[in-house]
Amino acid sequence: MSSRLLVFIVPFVVIGLFWAMARYEAKLAHDPTHKGYFERNGMTLGLIFIFLVALWTLFLVVLPYLYMVVESFHPRLPLPKRGGPDDYLTIDQYKSFFVSPSDNQWNTNHMGAFVFTLAASVAVTIFNFAFCYPLAYFMAQVGSVQKVRLLMLGLIVPYWVNEILRAFSMRLLLTSKGLINQLLMWTGLTDAPIDFLYNNTGLYLGLSYGYLLIMMFPLYNAIESLDKNQIEAARDLGAPWWKIHRDVVIPYAKPGIASGCTMVFMLAAGSLAAPQFLGGPNTLWFTSVVYDFFFQAFNWPRGSAYAFILLAACIVFVMGMLRLFKVKLGEAIR
Amino acid sequence: MTSKFVMKGMLGFYILIFFLYLFGPLLVMGVTAFNTPNYPQAYPFESFTLDWFVKLWNHRAMMEGLQNSIWIGIGVVAISVPVGLAASIMMNQIYHRARGLFYLVTVSPLLTPGVIIGISTVIFWKDVLGVTDVTKAIFYKGIVLSILGQSSFVAAYCLLIIMARLTRFDRAQEEAALDLGASYPQVFWHILIPFLKPALLSASVIGFLSSFENYNTTTFAILADKTLVTVLAGEVRQGTTPVLSALAVIIIGISLLGAIIYEILKRREENRAAHIKENARLAERVEAV
Repeated sequence: MSSRLLVFIVPFVVIGLFWAMARYEAKLAHDPTHKGYFERNGMTLGLIFIFLVALWTLFLVVLPYLYMVVESFHPRLPLPKRGGPDDYLTIDQYKSFFVSPSDNQWNTNHMGAFVFTLAASVAVTIFNFAFCYPLAYFMAQVGSVQKVRLLMLGLIVPYWVNEILRAFSMRLLLTSKGLINQLLMWTGLTDAPIDFLYNNTGLYLGLSYGYLLIMMFPLYNAIESLDKNQIEAARDLGAPWWKIHRDVVIPYAKPGIASGCTMVFMLAAGSLAAPQFLGGPNTLWFTSVVYDFFFQAFNWPRGSAYAFILLAACIVFVMGMLRLFKVKLGEAIR
Repeated sequence: MTSKFVMKGMLGFYILIFFLYLFGPLLVMGVTAFNTPNYPQAYPFESFTLDWFVKLWNHRAMMEGLQNSIWIGIGVVAISVPVGLAASIMMNQIYHRARGLFYLVTVSPLLTPGVIIGISTVIFWKDVLGVTDVTKAIFYKGIVLSILGQSSFVAAYCLLIIMARLTRFDRAQEEAALDLGASYPQVFWHILIPFLKPALLSASVIGFLSSFENYNTTTFAILADKTLVTVLAGEVRQGTTPVLSALAVIIIGISLLGAIIYEILKRREENRAAHIKENARLAERVEAV
């Protein structure tokens, strides 16, 4: 149990260090006008704030995350054996991602699923950006107030239909008996229905469909605050329309673009509903792999390790995106 | 002249495609809710029926899930809004070297896939609550874990919403109240809270809705219990039935209604604001004379 207990100690050590540093600094630069925390908030409220924030940051965020990471460095054991001598630290769960423990071959199945998930998520992100950008620009800069209001209303209503039902509606449309296949056969483009779910068209469409508005709103908000005069000026100076977008609008909207792209990528890579309901039978989405470790194989340590691999990949991607766009984290998440 | 015409046509076509993509699937699903065949089909439309809505009403698992969803939503809001408020106040006051880390920790649930939040919640609380049999029997339940798991990211939404308004708070108001002899709790309850009221309200609404429709975190944290969304997911996995379409029609109807009411309220408020502005301008003119 020792490594698991360590999880509880680490955050408190970090907090203690910061506290000591703060005390030391306050002593060094003595400022009589400075008010202490409890002086500023009052005793009761001060304590309540600390309690609430500690409850959240420690018990709902930091400790569970660390605990999951520690769990992923343990072997899979039945409950009575946990904490016993067999419960040693190991990197077997991570190794199993690369080399399958059952046959000692490369674990192409899971590595393939991982690469496919990330690649498809990037593709969906790019598509959504390209598809949303013109409308976001139109609503933010070109359209009249009345028209924009109507369009906005049209965007908000489908936003509240949940993920499952949206995936379901996409499935209804794309099945062999669905409307699209009926249409294709009626026009004579195909004789037999095309299995859109089998060839993953459904998955891509479903993912893009599900997170279309997640891209839309940050883009719109970013472009909306751009001064129209800047575009006018560029136009007066003879810039063609594509140059205006490349050199004026897009650089200005960078935080919004980074925010939209980050959110869409994260949601797509971590999505569960669309791959479960729209993915082809031979398609393995990485979250589905994790899901199966929990609900079918009951191998929590390995599931945790895989979850951590996914999390690490997402963090790398987000940091890379922010670096690429030269945007700070605080600007991207608002 | 013609090129402008072509541009306009293309723009119209693009907007049409965009909204067709957005609404098409929902419309088709909506039609299947009123069609008789067992398999949800939009065309051919055999005959009109409301049977699927009756079946939805009698669907015990879904109704039970709906109840749980509402309770979980209330619990999540009850935790997340106060936590978000406390954290937003703390953000300005925390030791400046710790602020970066604090910010990162508070927004990290928004950057973590929901699946991972669900998994870590279950693994952690299973061991923590499993320390004694009593705590395990009372608290190790799907509803409790769902509230805890969802609160971790809903609180982050609340923090961002409240913080956005808090940055516009004029500290001079607080100073004035203090100078006039108000105590700190009085300043908090009588000045800060009324100022933050709109943000607290929208944080509650958004918090409830995102809890209500959450799937990724809940599907792990819910254990053996069920919410409306997990029941839905189970139904979709098993096959397709127009009962789901009926539910979607109801959800779309409610959100349409909500959107329209919101729009009307907003317009009324804007009219009032315009009215006040107009009066102010008139008063100014009178003054000048």
